Amino acid sequence: MTEYVALDAQTKSLAFDHRELGLSDDDVRRMYELMLLGRRFDERCEILQRQGKAHFHISGQGQEAAQIGAALAFIPGKDWFHPYYRDLALLLAIGVPPRELMLGWFARANDPASGGRQMPAHWGYRPLNVVTASSPVSTQIPQAAGIAYAHKLRGEDAVTYVSFGEGGASKGDFHEGLNFAAIHKVPVIFVCMNNGYAISVSANKQMAIENVADRAAGYGMPGVVVDGQDMLAVYKVMKEAVDRARRGEGPTLVECKTVRLKAHSSDDDDRLYRSREEIQRLRAEKDPLVRARAYLLEQGLADDAWFEEIEKKIMEIVNDATDWAEAQPLPRPEDAMKHVYWDR
Amino acid sequence: MAQMTYRDAVRRALIEEMERDERVFIMGEEVGVWGGTFAVTRGMYDMFGEKRVRDTPISELVIAGAAVGAAMNGLRPVAEIMTFNFALLSLDAMINHAAKVRYMFGGQFECPMVLRTTSGWGQLSATHSQTFENYVAHVPGLKVIMPGTPADAYGLLKAAIRDPDPVIFIEHTHLYRVRGEVPDEEFLLPIGQSNIKREGRDVTIVAYSRMLHEALKAADELAKEGIECEVVDIPTLRPLDLRPVVQSFKKTYRAVLATEQWLGYGVDAEIAAQIYEHAFDYLDAPIKRVTAPPVPLPYNKHLELAAMPDKEDIKRAVLEVLR
Ligand SMILES: Cc1ncc(C[n+]2csc(CCOP(=O)(O)OP(=O)(O)O)c2C)c(N)n1
Ligand SMILES: [Mg+2]
Repeated sequence: MTEYVALDAQTKSLAFDHRELGLSDDDVRRMYELMLLGRRFDERCEILQRQGKAHFHISGQGQEAAQIGAALAFIPGKDWFHPYYRDLALLLAIGVPPRELMLGWFARANDPASGGRQMPAHWGYRPLNVVTASSPVSTQIPQAAGIAYAHKLRGEDAVTYVSFGEGGASKGDFHEGLNFAAIHKVPVIFVCMNNGYAISVSANKQMAIENVADRAAGYGMPGVVVDGQDMLAVYKVMKEAVDRARRGEGPTLVECKTVRLKAHSSDDDDRLYRSREEIQRLRAEKDPLVRARAYLLEQGLADDAWFEEIEKKIMEIVNDATDWAEAQPLPRPEDAMKHVYWDR
Repeated sequence: MAQMTYRDAVRRALIEEMERDERVFIMGEEVGVWGGTFAVTRGMYDMFGEKRVRDTPISELVIAGAAVGAAMNGLRPVAEIMTFNFALLSLDAMINHAAKVRYMFGGQFECPMVLRTTSGWGQLSATHSQTFENYVAHVPGLKVIMPGTPADAYGLLKAAIRDPDPVIFIEHTHLYRVRGEVPDEEFLLPIGQSNIKREGRDVTIVAYSRMLHEALKAADELAKEGIECEVVDIPTLRPLDLRPVVQSFKKTYRAVLATEQWLGYGVDAEIAAQIYEHAFDYLDAPIKRVTAPPVPLPYNKHLELAAMPDKEDIKRAVLEVLR
């Protein structure tokens, strides 16, 4: 029932040839660039938190390939996104401007998500239909089913992306959301980012089965497990799922096997529950940037000079976003009361 | 008598009760190796093993629901839900089940469980910073405790674990590091008892949990200006013991009620109503409420502080009722 994609490809690079997936050389270089932007932006936010300039940080490092592969399968501006807190690279990839994203970390008055009301990493961006999530995990899943339901009722062919962790898939919201979506065949893609941990709790304490996506059969929708460290494999799987949803053939549950390279969040010390050797191994074997770089080199799409140039370009973007956002005004305390209700 | 943090007092109560009664066990998210979101159960996994300190999936409904079942079947579960925001997802189990087991079985079954959770805030934004003690304090069949000091946390948690009825025990994240005297010898405190924490003749301040400390600070500062406040703590919200409040009010004729709740339909409304019922003739000024304004708590520090009550708000309210 479940489809397993690129899971045991014994490759240090990527499992598919991008040309066979309909991607140009430029597309692949762009994907790498976006992944790197996601990584460097994330690292910057981590530093800002340590410096006391942002109160909180939660990292997407390790999960960028899955996010970029997913992002490129959607149509920004038309499709809807109900992302979860690690999806920074996805937001950058669908086109949320880095400066505007940075405003959220600094909680500035002109932060486009909420004017400093919402926590960082609870992404919201109205111009691109990015819906902010609440802090209880997985509550976005039923809502995403509802967003897609509205698209279906109006006869529109927009598709909704919703993501969550494997820990979040233990919640009733997961079951209820998927069941509803499958019954009504609504155009939504459920993306489980399985990084093996929910804070300190390993996946084998969340579920007695190996794959979250194996549950798809129980709801009557296709389930796919894919190597989440391979941006092209994820793109392939997501493209098929999104096309199917757009044709009116209903939802898909996609599980990306991925890794969390950092602690759960700035409030966590993961030395309590995982060894430093484990992290070193993940960095050596599972870093999606390393794999993508190897692919670009192997395919002759880039050389060292190109990587250097891109690195410089990305750092300029991140620096510019940081400096600009930090200089923006803070919200006024009296505005705390605004937006509770409609008010002209 | 030892000085002890609120966190250690809670932990001590848990450890003692687990040593005393092997039916007591803990379950919740991250309570095992990680030692709990607020490090309350740290070390307990090694002491008692996985059988009695059990990590659960992220499933707040099953944590509470399974606790109800295990309690009906003879165990003494202490379920931990990281924060009340997530405990919302447990409410069906607590309100439709835990609270009603005894009644709907005509007394033949009982549900002796404790649901420990937290209240608190600190740049965590709207859906991470809420507490709904009034939601659960409204429900017949539940007991609701919100201790403000280490000694109360210790004595009341032990009583809660031994209580034959379901108890919701709400700790405050800002209090975990607060130190206080806790006697070395074991003791239990009665559930449903309010206490005068500071004596005074001019105004009665009623508070609990973090606001108790704000009230005591306000009282200290006002004392320097010659205003003597009586501070009454109500660590048990249900069953609510209002006698000390009413007695105090009959002495001061004025009351300020301080909670972190939103203005409107809160615990304070119940207290005010009872004061009106029992001491109407003593009223010298309208009862004043200190609350959070009715707005989802924003993330930005400046916005957040503007929206959370503290000792300054209490002082202002005291001066107003004295005017
Ligand atoms: C309902 C609820 N319970 C608990 C939490 C606290 N919490 C935040 S993230 C998290 C772990 C989530 O793990 P997973 O879904 O695997 O996502 P990951 O963080 O690994 O990406 C927990 C328990 C929460 N936010 N919401
Ligand atoms: Mg996870």
